Amino acid sequence: MEFWSVLSSIIPSAIAYTMPLLMGALGGLYSERSGVTNLCIEGLMLFGCFSSAAVIVKLQAIPGFSYTLALVIGIIAAMAASALLSLLHAFASINLKSNQVISGTAINMLSTAVSLFLAQTITGSGNITIVRGVIRSNIPLLSEIPIIGQLLFSRTYWTTWICLSLWLFSWFLLYRTSFGLRLRACGEHPSAVASAGVNVHRMRYIGVIASGLLSGLGGACILVTYAGEYNAGSGINGLGFLAIAALIFGQWKPLGILGSTFFFGLCMTIANMGKVFPVFQGIPAGYLGMFPYAATLIALILSSRKSSAPLASGEPF
Amino acid sequence: MRKAAKTLEARNASPLLVSLSAVFLGIIAGSIFILFIGKNPFDGFEKILFGALSSRRRIGNTLGMSTQLILIGLSVAFAFKTGLFNIGASGQMLVGGITGSILAYYLPMDMPRVLYLPIIVIAAAVAGGFWGFISGLLKAKFNVHEVVSTIMLNWIAYWMVYDFIPRFIIDPTISVKSKPIPLEHTLRAEWLRNITGFSTLNYGFFIAIAMAVVVWFILKKTTLGFSLKAVGSNRFCAEYAGINVSGSIMISMAIAGALSGLAGLTYYCGYSEIMEMGKMPNEGFDGIAVALLGNCSPLGVFFSAIFFGILKMGRGSLAATGIPTEIADTIIATVIYFTATNVLLSAFWNERFRQSFEKKEEAASAAMKANGDARSVSELSRKEFESLAKAGRHLLKEGR
Repeated sequence: MEFWSVLSSIIPSAIAYTMPLLMGALGGLYSERSGVTNLCIEGLMLFGCFSSAAVIVKLQAIPGFSYTLALVIGIIAAMAASALLSLLHAFASINLKSNQVISGTAINMLSTAVSLFLAQTITGSGNITIVRGVIRSNIPLLSEIPIIGQLLFSRTYWTTWICLSLWLFSWFLLYRTSFGLRLRACGEHPSAVASAGVNVHRMRYIGVIASGLLSGLGGACILVTYAGEYNAGSGINGLGFLAIAALIFGQWKPLGILGSTFFFGLCMTIANMGKVFPVFQGIPAGYLGMFPYAATLIALILSSRKSSAPLASGEPF
Repeated sequence: MRKAAKTLEARNASPLLVSLSAVFLGIIAGSIFILFIGKNPFDGFEKILFGALSSRRRIGNTLGMSTQLILIGLSVAFAFKTGLFNIGASGQMLVGGITGSILAYYLPMDMPRVLYLPIIVIAAAVAGGFWGFISGLLKAKFNVHEVVSTIMLNWIAYWMVYDFIPRFIIDPTISVKSKPIPLEHTLRAEWLRNITGFSTLNYGFFIAIAMAVVVWFILKKTTLGFSLKAVGSNRFCAEYAGINVSGSIMISMAIAGALSGLAGLTYYCGYSEIMEMGKMPNEGFDGIAVALLGNCSPLGVFFSAIFFGILKMGRGSLAATGIPTEIADTIIATVIYFTATNVLLSAFWNERFRQSFEKKEEAASAAMKANGDARSVSELSRKEFESLAKAGRHLLKEGR
């Protein structure tokens, strides 16, 4: 009975923790499949988290303004802001053919600094707390199903369903359309695609901008679901890098990253909520906090040996 | 003849020029941000310089801050030269710092300094080196990209420190910090404090300079440095030449980690005397900027660390102007972006140089025509070329 109560409180949280990671990893998938190594997922997600916080806080302060509408506008703003930031990476790595790892790191730092700077000027303290996030709700009918209903369809965030449909859409787009084939080919043999008359630079721009949009959404999800505030001090705690690790662990495949991000989401839940469950209470906070990162390293050790990374990822064209 | 032909070409942009341009653009970007929030950028930069350099104490503090930046810059630069990207300096710093702090706490107080200092220096370097070595091992044996593994190790170190502080060195009055290390067990020195008005400048600064020399020596003068660089520039070629690639990757990351571990020691047991729970040192990331701006050479790293030290220490004085202190980080990040896109900057300068060279060429040939000189421009020496170009420019002006 105790096992069931632990499970039924872990799984919904794990799903909430998974979604930002899934969006980050999916963003990375678009970018790397199109041939641009994207290490700035962290920065893009952080910027999305900050932008949505800034917009939502302003809108929710207007008397009579719908809280939900404010959230929707905030999420869209986050996607737009991160997409703009990702253009910097696209320009540096596609047009200027600069070192993509360095450019990504620069974007990460830029995002941290700029969002801190703006947060300071907006609130004075650097922390932005929104009035209300997404309210959890049960899915009618589906939540009535025994066991599965309680684990998967009860008290869910609506953002979760948006993220999952975007994941499904991306799988379809990348693996069932000619556009997807071209995009993936740009990451494997760009010169072959170019000789077939496809504009490689444009495809890569699309890949990087998609990663900006999705990472921005992921960052906004962190804010409107479990975090509720943008914290300048801790940022997003390396979630963007976990997303990249999940991308590698998931072998650059949509189904793979769904599994790997859920695994990391589970680890994050145990780390963050461990104190609540009597099972984990004997473990010191430090070890619990370390757990997701150590698990990621081990997962990487197991999966990186036979890497199926896109061949031309990181190679300028 | 060949030499003359070679000198008579448009100049290429030097790394120094590219770095200075990046700094310039970073400052412009910072100014735009300051203007954006309705403040005066000149006030801001004046305050930064004032805060960093206006007294002996402030200069001492700036050098104290630059100390860890030099060491981390060297760490990143060393890994870079050997083809690896070490963004795990923060974690290696934490590991070096906690090792030093624990030893400072537990080693007997009456231990002579000559014995004590080498022990903590070596221990911190070994601990940081071990942390770097793990990433190297994962890269060499399991093909785990060092960028991802070092980030994970940063967070593991972060939580390890979170666990170790309360376990070993907690300050009972403030339970999120370690107990301050007594002066005799830090890297600070009485005479340094006296000449710099009790600033944070400590022995670490000399360690940093010594390490800059050591890194230069390893990379330029030893076979180890040569084989590391060979692996860095072409892994497969190095392997074909019989260099142990896996071993090189591990050694390189271990050395980079040791340098960051030393940075952690100077930071936590010299610059500061406590460690806080739940704090990731930002300096690890600033070190990337230092290395890139310094073009990964030890001397360049030294000067760019001083530059960033000025930005980071001077920003404290910004409070009076109402400009958020994060402007310094914004400038640093912009500088890296522009160093990353150095292609753009060097293309810009190369184009400028080419244009001015072509103008000179035109002027010189006009002057030679007027003098009845039958040689072609490319046969001239640099000196003749310059003077003819000058004369020719006057001729062309009069002609118009």
